[in-house]
Amino acid sequence: MSDLLTELLYVVSVVLFALSLKLMSAPRTSRLGNFCGVAGLAFAIIATLIAFQVHQVDLLIGAVVIGAVVGAPIGLRVAMTAVPQRTAMSHAFGSLAVALVGAAEYYQEVPNIDPFSLSVLSGEMILGFLTFTGSCIAFAKLQGLITGRPILYKGRSVVSMTVLAAAVASGVYLVANQTQEFMLPVMAAFALLFGFLLVIAIGGADMPTVIAILNSFAGLSAAALGFVLDNKLLIVAGSLDGSSGLILGIIMSQAMNRSFVNILFGGVGASAPTSQMAATGPAKTAQAYTAEDVATILENARSVVFVPGYGMAVAQAQHVVKDLADILEKRGCDVKYAIHPVAGRMPGHMNVLLAEAQVPYDQLWEMDRINPLFPETDVAIVVGANDVTNPAARTKADSPLYGMPILDVDKAKTVVFVKRSMNPGFSGVENELFYLPNTMMVFGDAKKVLTDLVAAVRKLGK
Amino acid sequence: MTALVSADLATNLLILVLATFLGQELIRHVSRLLHTPLMALTNAISSVSFIAALIVLSNPGSDLIAFLATVAVALAATNIISGFLITDRILKMFQKRKPKK
Repeated sequence: MSDLLTELLYVVSVVLFALSLKLMSAPRTSRLGNFCGVAGLAFAIIATLIAFQVHQVDLLIGAVVIGAVVGAPIGLRVAMTAVPQRTAMSHAFGSLAVALVGAAEYYQEVPNIDPFSLSVLSGEMILGFLTFTGSCIAFAKLQGLITGRPILYKGRSVVSMTVLAAAVASGVYLVANQTQEFMLPVMAAFALLFGFLLVIAIGGADMPTVIAILNSFAGLSAAALGFVLDNKLLIVAGSLDGSSGLILGIIMSQAMNRSFVNILFGGVGASAPTSQMAATGPAKTAQAYTAEDVATILENARSVVFVPGYGMAVAQAQHVVKDLADILEKRGCDVKYAIHPVAGRMPGHMNVLLAEAQVPYDQLWEMDRINPLFPETDVAIVVGANDVTNPAARTKADSPLYGMPILDVDKAKTVVFVKRSMNPGFSGVENELFYLPNTMMVFGDAKKVLTDLVAAVRKLGK
Repeated sequence: MTALVSADLATNLLILVLATFLGQELIRHVSRLLHTPLMALTNAISSVSFIAALIVLSNPGSDLIAFLATVAVALAATNIISGFLITDRILKMFQKRKPKK
């Protein structure tokens, strides 16, 4: 009886999960969607507690309290600019949880596990453990604890693949000799090492895709655990999470015109920019301007497009961008924001930051919609974006960026480029845009430059 | 042995396939504006692995097993709580202002 009740509650839970994703299709209904997710999870937990009596309630309560004490401040306090790190951390936690349950399940059932279940279990643990270390490294890179540039060495593909093969081989050995319990930690160690090697070699600009792929892995391992425990709810929730990660990963990789393999193993962004600069031939000069110069140009602008990038997030400049936009709008100037899918460090990163600064979301324009409008744009203001505006992606077949869809800011009448220095973006490729006659470079921290600009524009307006 | 796996396995595979298709369709229609909160949400949803830890914890065969499951409960609980809270915080920002016309 209680089993039937549990199964029925699981169905309710699945419906709520599906509904919660459906309600995410529009901002208006999205909060309700989140609420459905909470409700679905609550039903799932209640249903499970009905069917399975937990004997060590003290352990359970203790663990949940720890989860609440750690989780609530993260959920309530983390700054919006730190959301990518938070996401990487949650992938790490989620995948480690799944891997540990997998290990617990192995010790519980050994030596009576059928070979199929044990194969799935091994695969699940490998995926879970490698996602754990991979996500930890992604977290460290996003948090700035280690360099965002890929760390490369000769023969790294061979080393990585050997480690992965060793993990798989340990898993196969375990399936064949399931009482050899020592094999599990060995397998786990190889998987952990592989996750580390994989992500340490990936650059910061590729993080949107990497995070999405890790998300997909975490979901997949949860679904695999569902197979082992014969728990259908877990299979559904894991599949939904896995699909979400996969789709976001595909969108991200398409927006860079690169394959998953290239992103995971390409090591793009490692090359030092100096050699390339030397090779470009005749000395080109970029013209540096002051905030006052830009303010004069903005005086007469009828349409302005902001192009935000990771630099805006680092400088926390989203609020001052909005201030400038408000002033311009008050003058009757048309303001839009051009959002490249991979701008920032995770899918949708820029949208969140601009929403935080209370930019109305109908002003956020996706790449495909905004690109035809650039020729009619008076001023495009690039704030901390770089590679996603580089015309080399259209013209230079030998560039690592070639073929990547970009925002056509170079077609705007004037391009204002707010940038800390002349350094190239993460791809290591120099941006020709800096040298175009209609480009005004303004050097400095994005927040400071824009604050100066707001002051200059106000002064002129008086 | 094969008989033991096949019936359940087939059903579970069916569920996996259908849920993946459903997921693809649903996610495809999610507004691009909301990709960040989407990730936070699906993360929290997949922390339903919490219940897997509960199941193991209902009858742990050894202290090691109980320990592993307890750690998993703590990790999953952290994800659930932080995930839903941060998703709501992000989504709230998208509500504040109605698009003006």
